[in-house]
Amino acid sequence: MDTFRDKLIPVTSILLGVVVLWYVFAVILNTPFQRDLDRRANETSTFSELIGKTLSQPKPTLPAPHQVAVNFFENTFLRPITSNRSLVYNAWVTLSSTLLGFAFGTALGIIIAVGIVHVATLDRSLMPWIIASQTIPILAVAPMIIVVLGAIGISGLIPKAMISTYLSFFPVTVGMVKGLRSPEIMHLDLMHTYNASRSQTFWRLRVPASVPFLFTSMKVAVAASLVGAIVGELPTGAVAGIGAKLLAGAYYSQSIDIWSALVAGSVVAALLVMVVGIAGRIVDRAMGGRPA
Amino acid sequence: MNWLKPSWQAVLAIVLCLIAVALGPIAAPKVDALAQPAGTLIYPYVATTGLIFGVLLLAALISMARIPSIVEAVVLFIGAHLVAWLLIGGITGFEGLARTPFFLLLTAAWLLGWRCVAVLSSLRPFAKWARTALRLIIPAIFGAWILIIWEAVTRGAGIPFILLPPPSAIGARIAGSLPVLGADVRQTIFKAVIFGYVVGSGAGFITAVLADRVPFLRRGLLPIGNMVSALPIIGVAPIMVMWFGFDWQSKAAVVIIMTFFPMLVNTVAGLAASGHMERDLMRTYASGYWQTLLKLRLPAAAPFIFNALKINSTLALIGAIVAEFFGTPVVGMGFRISTEVGRMNIDMVWAEIAVAALAGSVFYGVVALVERAVTFWHPSVRGG
Repeated sequence: MDTFRDKLIPVTSILLGVVVLWYVFAVILNTPFQRDLDRRANETSTFSELIGKTLSQPKPTLPAPHQVAVNFFENTFLRPITSNRSLVYNAWVTLSSTLLGFAFGTALGIIIAVGIVHVATLDRSLMPWIIASQTIPILAVAPMIIVVLGAIGISGLIPKAMISTYLSFFPVTVGMVKGLRSPEIMHLDLMHTYNASRSQTFWRLRVPASVPFLFTSMKVAVAASLVGAIVGELPTGAVAGIGAKLLAGAYYSQSIDIWSALVAGSVVAALLVMVVGIAGRIVDRAMGGRPA
Repeated sequence: MNWLKPSWQAVLAIVLCLIAVALGPIAAPKVDALAQPAGTLIYPYVATTGLIFGVLLLAALISMARIPSIVEAVVLFIGAHLVAWLLIGGITGFEGLARTPFFLLLTAAWLLGWRCVAVLSSLRPFAKWARTALRLIIPAIFGAWILIIWEAVTRGAGIPFILLPPPSAIGARIAGSLPVLGADVRQTIFKAVIFGYVVGSGAGFITAVLADRVPFLRRGLLPIGNMVSALPIIGVAPIMVMWFGFDWQSKAAVVIIMTFFPMLVNTVAGLAASGHMERDLMRTYASGYWQTLLKLRLPAAAPFIFNALKINSTLALIGAIVAEFFGTPVVGMGFRISTEVGRMNIDMVWAEIAVAALAGSVFYGVVALVERAVTFWHPSVRGG
């Protein structure tokens, strides 16, 4: 009951507030254009008619929530999955490069973190550059990576996945360095007294200690990876994917399409973060973790 | 063998050097057909071959002698970089003609550079300035070697300019098109990023203080804020361009939305960071809500707020540049990148990226410096 009172009611009421505000703004923002239309058609609408019309324009400035919902439902459930207007198809295209990039990024991040923890030279020379690498707006580099790789014949999944990799390795590296260093001196000393080798200390102490850190940073990484995949689709000239859907919507002013693509992207992001979270909990339980 | 302390980097460097000697010339000769129809062969590295091998072997051998670490580091530093400089200088005019020894020698020089960094990172000087200098020098050498290898490989192997221009060409392009780059920076950073960053972070901060005052708002906003920060917010860019037009206002709007939620979530977490004891103390002083907020809770929240400001500094740049892909006047960093890619002026794109990286690092650095000045009491600042 406590979670109901402490969480559900505030969250739902604020979400409801957002929806109401959305409707209000939809009416306000769409009114000037609607008045313009009416004047050209020599019609005078009453106030309630005006509101009704502003909420059902084909290309509104701000589509009303129900328009987005209808568009999202149509494009998700009513279209055949193979159609390139289907959101499921586009989400799948984005998802596949997200997952590939995320897998590469996680592997790369773990390898770099292991190197940094074990090789002092790498720790002092590489770490500052890894932090600096994230101040580079890599998303700005995305079009070049895609065009250049396309020029030498690599296209499709790999270039997009590379951008996702670049965005997702950083949180994993930082989290894993923290995690692999998280065992206390006491525990490390205990391993010493057992005469444990470096690899034994690594596998039996450092790796288990780092697992919670790994999953926390993987949640951040998977979200970053999705952003990378979406932006990676922009310069490919709107072939397929959620980013392509956004770009096509922007070209043809199909604002409802843009919004429903955004909703689809958000749903994918939420699902990905949830899956990583669940996987983390399962691994935690399998390793004998107790709920804190 | 008391005077010898071999390191695997130096030994491997010597081995690579010897293999390179056995394999013959560093680069293939070029037939200069223009000067003489008969076809005179112009050989690279005529004067410098001996010097390259000599310096490399000497530096590797000296580094293995039992000498003070600082001397060893200096010898390695000079040796590695002299060899790299000679190698890159010698390949001029012979781009794409490098043979295996070229890359072996480059690897050997790189190994010496690595050994130099390893020696430097094992130094534990007492003086504070020396430690600060080391903290800067070690990453600087690493970064320099990335550039050296990039330059040597692109020119030695003759990688097409379109794919990956050498850093020297990018540097020349930056120097040659400063006015254009300056105009882009002014449009993207000084107009869109700064405005959006200040407004977005400010709005997030104010909302967080409000949410902190009203528990109901906090319980509702926090899960939503956490949720939203995982979403691809960058997708609102086309909508903002549709609403606010092509100029910088739409980019600033994207930046505002992107920076709002990290600030909100972090500030709310930060305002909860002050302990019960301190809050009770403030109550015994009979301080009101605002006094407690200003004198205890906001200072305690400062590390969290600065964390958000740092995250936002990169997000703001990304947001503004990506938003420019969706439509912009004919100036701006994102615009330049997307059009120059289309025209295959890859060196201009890299120049723009270098400027963006520099701007991002400066932005981040300024925030980090302000953080050190403001949160001087925090353990993470005092300890370092």
